[in-house]
Amino acid sequence: MNHPTPALSIAGLEQVYDALATAIDQAGADQSERFLVKLALLAARQLGDEALFGELISIALEDL
Amino acid sequence: MHQPHAEPRPSIYYRYQVFDAWLPSQHPKQQRHTVVIAGAGPIGLVAALELARHGVKSVVLESERQVCEGSRAMVFTRRSMEILQQVGVADRVTATGLPWRFGNSFYRGQRVFRMEAPHDPDDRFFPMINLQQQFLEEYLVEAAQASALIELRWGNRVNAVEQGERTARVEVDTPDGPYTLETDWLVAADGARSAIRTLMGLKLEGASYEGRFVIADIRIDLPLPTERLAFFDPDWNPGNTILMHREPHGIWRVDYQLPANETPEQALAPESMKARIDAQLAMIGHAGVPWEMDWSSVYSARTLTLPDYQQGRVLFTGDAAHLLPIFGVRGANTGFQDAQALAWRLALVVRGVSPEPLLASYSTERVAAAREIIDEAGKSTRFMTPPTRGFRLLRDAVLSLSLSQPFVGPLYHWRTSRPHEYSHSALNSPGDDNALFKAGPSHGAPPQNVRLNADDHLLDHLDHGFALLYVTDAPAMPEDLMAVVNSCRAQGLPLRVLAITGQQPGAVQAVTGADDTLADASGQLRQRYGLHSAGSAYLLRPDQHVCARWMTLDATRLRAALNQAAGLNARATTQGACT
Repeated sequence: MNHPTPALSIAGLEQVYDALATAIDQAGADQSERFLVKLALLAARQLGDEALFGELISIALEDL
Repeated sequence: MHQPHAEPRPSIYYRYQVFDAWLPSQHPKQQRHTVVIAGAGPIGLVAALELARHGVKSVVLESERQVCEGSRAMVFTRRSMEILQQVGVADRVTATGLPWRFGNSFYRGQRVFRMEAPHDPDDRFFPMINLQQQFLEEYLVEAAQASALIELRWGNRVNAVEQGERTARVEVDTPDGPYTLETDWLVAADGARSAIRTLMGLKLEGASYEGRFVIADIRIDLPLPTERLAFFDPDWNPGNTILMHREPHGIWRVDYQLPANETPEQALAPESMKARIDAQLAMIGHAGVPWEMDWSSVYSARTLTLPDYQQGRVLFTGDAAHLLPIFGVRGANTGFQDAQALAWRLALVVRGVSPEPLLASYSTERVAAAREIIDEAGKSTRFMTPPTRGFRLLRDAVLSLSLSQPFVGPLYHWRTSRPHEYSHSALNSPGDDNALFKAGPSHGAPPQNVRLNADDHLLDHLDHGFALLYVTDAPAMPEDLMAVVNSCRAQGLPLRVLAITGQQPGAVQAVTGADDTLADASGQLRQRYGLHSAGSAYLLRPDQHVCARWMTLDATRLRAALNQAAGLNARATTQGACT
């Protein structure tokens, strides 16, 4: 990515990691996908950049 | 032998009239025709009425002996009303239809989106009006019967089409056997299951969606306004969508999506429909209100078009040319624009004013319109009836988010049918001042109506021909412009000159040379069209779309624009062109 990346500290990244894992468990097997899509849409809105979001999609699709 | 239904169709609110079949045995041996239209639905009849305004005769073949079964297309847009105004039936639609402009989407009992279609004070017609198709067809049939130029043949079904070099031979079946007619042009307005399209082996291009919907028309007294209602993923029909529209005569349209794998026969079983409609009424708080069924049908969404609407001597319009999803009221409303776009060109060609290649621009413009509509309709269809797991996940995530996050609300919007802009049409004038305008409809756009006075709007002043809107404060039109106007008229081009003045309505001094003098004392018309000085002008095509506009009009550029728009500029000499 050519965009300047806002910094997320190691502690911050760890916090996101735990929060996301806990929330996926909380949503449960039936609803975790819907939860993740909602989260992605909210994050996209916050990002405010559809091209950048497209790049993130491409990166996330790699090496599955 | 073709035997159409001879009994009136059943209906609890519409009284069908069965017309006498046209029988070849009772008429002289077939003569040759100029224009034959297959299909007396709304699109075929609008085409016939438009041709008649140009003085062109047509024969309309209708397989049935009565108007359509059920309410079918029942939401008509403002642009459709503007077209229907031109063919003389808009007042009747206004008198009986239910106008509206709001749509509501519900999820888990909460209204998550409200669509408000803008209603400009300059517009004569509402954004949408609901009327069952039988009534519209009845008004159009009566208008056609009143025209000496339209011959309506009930009970005449097209059986075969054979293309010749300069004509089409059509075999027609009737209750007393077949006959053959020959025509210079055949307009296929024979609907979604077009027999002509099938007979000619033409393939539609595009996508079909799996989600099936039941349409049911019920008579019920519900204390609700005329607004569109859409319900997503209700408890009684999980994952699916329900739509409701109010119709005149105490009728409501209820559309609901079927569970996957259910057949149309199962879906239309009376007990199944009763249970589901009762469940829907209970959900909206009207459990137990008595209702009666009028008509029901099953449909699925399709976004398909022919790649070319002209096949030799055969010209396709409406559902015969393209199949569009019901969401966003795109079927009939697109078809009216086809009929209007085709009729003036066909009239000019038939009358020998314009050369045949003008018809190619009909296909180019309208296929592009259909593809644009398909692109927009695909978006709403993928939301209404998600075609894959991914689309379903996204749709369901949006439903869930919409309860607290209004930013996703616009994803519920249907992108309702709107007229296409022919921005890149070959008929637009390359040498005008289009790019210099700061306001007003641009190249290829439909006109913006303007209220001039009480019950007096700009579009009321247009007729079947080209329209030159010219701003002036002089007592007469300039002589050099009128010389071009008169030269075009001598070539057979219908052309109306409307002078726009700053005069007060009621005390209008007619501008010499103009057919009509518009009193624009408030300046509203000039402002909306970006016409700021005397000598500025617009040229509208017969279908009212803009083909040229000028900051300062001169005779040379007016001549060029008219020849361009009428397909006359290809002519090598001045013979047959405006001079």
